[in-house]
Amino acid sequence: MAIVETRDLTKVFKQGQLGAVNEVNLLTREGEFMVFLGPSGSGKTTLLRMIAGLEEPTSGDVLIGGRVVTRLPPRERRIAMVFQSYALYPHLSVYKNIVFPLRAQKVPKEQRRPKVEWAAGLLGIGELLERKPRELSGGERQRVALARAIVREPSVFLLDEPLSNLDAKLRASARDELTQFHRRIGTTTIYVTHDQVEAMAMGDRIVVLDKGLVRQVGSPREVYDDPADTFVATFLGSPPMNLVDHGDVLAGFRPEHLLPAALVQGPAVAITARVTNVEYLGNERVLYAQIQDGRFAGQRLIGRLPSVYHVEIADGEVVPLAIPERNLRYFAKSDGRRVPPRSLAWQ
Amino acid sequence: MFVPAVLYIAGLIGVPLILAFLYSVGDVTVGSVGYHFVGLANFRSVLQNPAFRGALLHSFIFTISAQLIVIVGANVLAMALRHPFRGRGLVRFFCLLPWVAPISLGAIGWKWILDSIYSVINWGLVRLHLVKPFDAPMWLGEPTLAMISVILVHAWRMLPFSTVILLAGLTAIPRDIPEAAAVDGAGFWRTHFEITLPMMRPVIAVALLFGIIFTFTDMTVVYILTRGGPYDTTHVLPSYAFFAGILGGSLAEGAAVSVFLVPILVLVAWAMLRVAHRSEVV
Repeated sequence: MAIVETRDLTKVFKQGQLGAVNEVNLLTREGEFMVFLGPSGSGKTTLLRMIAGLEEPTSGDVLIGGRVVTRLPPRERRIAMVFQSYALYPHLSVYKNIVFPLRAQKVPKEQRRPKVEWAAGLLGIGELLERKPRELSGGERQRVALARAIVREPSVFLLDEPLSNLDAKLRASARDELTQFHRRIGTTTIYVTHDQVEAMAMGDRIVVLDKGLVRQVGSPREVYDDPADTFVATFLGSPPMNLVDHGDVLAGFRPEHLLPAALVQGPAVAITARVTNVEYLGNERVLYAQIQDGRFAGQRLIGRLPSVYHVEIADGEVVPLAIPERNLRYFAKSDGRRVPPRSLAWQ
Repeated sequence: MFVPAVLYIAGLIGVPLILAFLYSVGDVTVGSVGYHFVGLANFRSVLQNPAFRGALLHSFIFTISAQLIVIVGANVLAMALRHPFRGRGLVRFFCLLPWVAPISLGAIGWKWILDSIYSVINWGLVRLHLVKPFDAPMWLGEPTLAMISVILVHAWRMLPFSTVILLAGLTAIPRDIPEAAAVDGAGFWRTHFEITLPMMRPVIAVALLFGIIFTFTDMTVVYILTRGGPYDTTHVLPSYAFFAGILGGSLAEGAAVSVFLVPILVLVAWAMLRVAHRSEVV
């Protein structure tokens, strides 16, 4: 096990252009499950590849277990990586795939089979050892890739969108399995994804990236409840956070906090809005609304009303809505950064 | 609909092939008008001819050695040309040149390079004091050296073709695979021999198949450089067939020699296609 650290890590692919990764400083904790989350092109995969040693940084350093590994090839970093495509060796059987890292690391012959069987057992693929990758399902391939990664007990685990090739149903169970698996082996893990559900569900901490910059590092609760800026606020959560334009300040609140006024207790901001559309999704209703009066008239909002509330709301209806004050977040309009709470005149 | 195509193929390929078979079991010579069926007499007489047996042996030596050199060389070149670098386009162009340029031109160039009097190689060797003047090797005049020269020039000519095929195979391997091997701890050689080469097997088989057929049936290099000499020591089957059948006038004998190529090539093609097919299925 080891701590991974990056110091001012930068990658510029084309000189004179904005870097794919810009001066990223990160420090994992021992045994942590850290998730790099960001839209495509945010630099999350490039960052991971630099940690793996597959991409040479333009500047900055990578440290694994306190050792500077920036100039070392991947094989001297004691890491294991699972690729998005799984990158199984197509001409080798599952057994030979899993044993490959052991052979490459010159593990004595008699220790190899027990280790492979241990890894295969851990992932429940003991029956598949003689098969070829092409004869496996997507989920089985993913397990083989994981088994190949853990078989030599690496100090760091790097996972590059390993669930994106699975169908939606399988993905949920694979998520749970990966989390369980991480708890069992306890290796420091870095996980790259563009799927916020995966990030929220699995990460001890989430690193939110955009355009090669770290926007926020925090636990799932922190990045969701206390976003550092409007990018994080709107990237996480579906539908995204509502942002109401208020002069030099943006007031933000999650759709689930926009409720019919009758359901809100305590200090709250009241607004009147016309519901333009209601989507019934079974577990909840999504309300598309437009503020009717006051200084914010005309602004569009999205609300989520859990199905446990039996409130009749029809298209075109004008309804009183409210947002609990403690759920309001404020951002500077100039740079989108979070600013301290302030009282705004809503009417 | 297909009739024109069928006629065209039959005319271009079928007629000469059938003619070759007919000649090989007849008694045709250049200038003769009649045709008498003589059965396998031509084959029998050809088999007893030491020059033919020599040519058969040389054909195998020529093909196997040239293809060995070509496959190894093409591998190295393909690896070197895989990643972009400054001037890669130019290097690629030069690598392709021997294949694109007319072989007669290239071979005549080599004839001069290997000439007994004007050889630039010998000139260089003399200047480097590696050999004495007037005692330089006769590249095309000594049986072993002549064979080596013919093989090397042919390999030089075939190299670009195999390089292009192997390069295609190499670029078809997803980037993830060698990267996974690197992360798994494999160095260059292990990645190359245990991952890259096995994954390229079908493509290498195709390159070999074409290479063997092109080499086995080719006579240009031998014809221009040595004309089968000295003392028939570099004759291969096609050049021998040409010399016996066309220049020697014994069409039937030449046809018999040519027909000898058929079963060998069919066997090679069958074996190679099997290899290619098997590696695809696995």
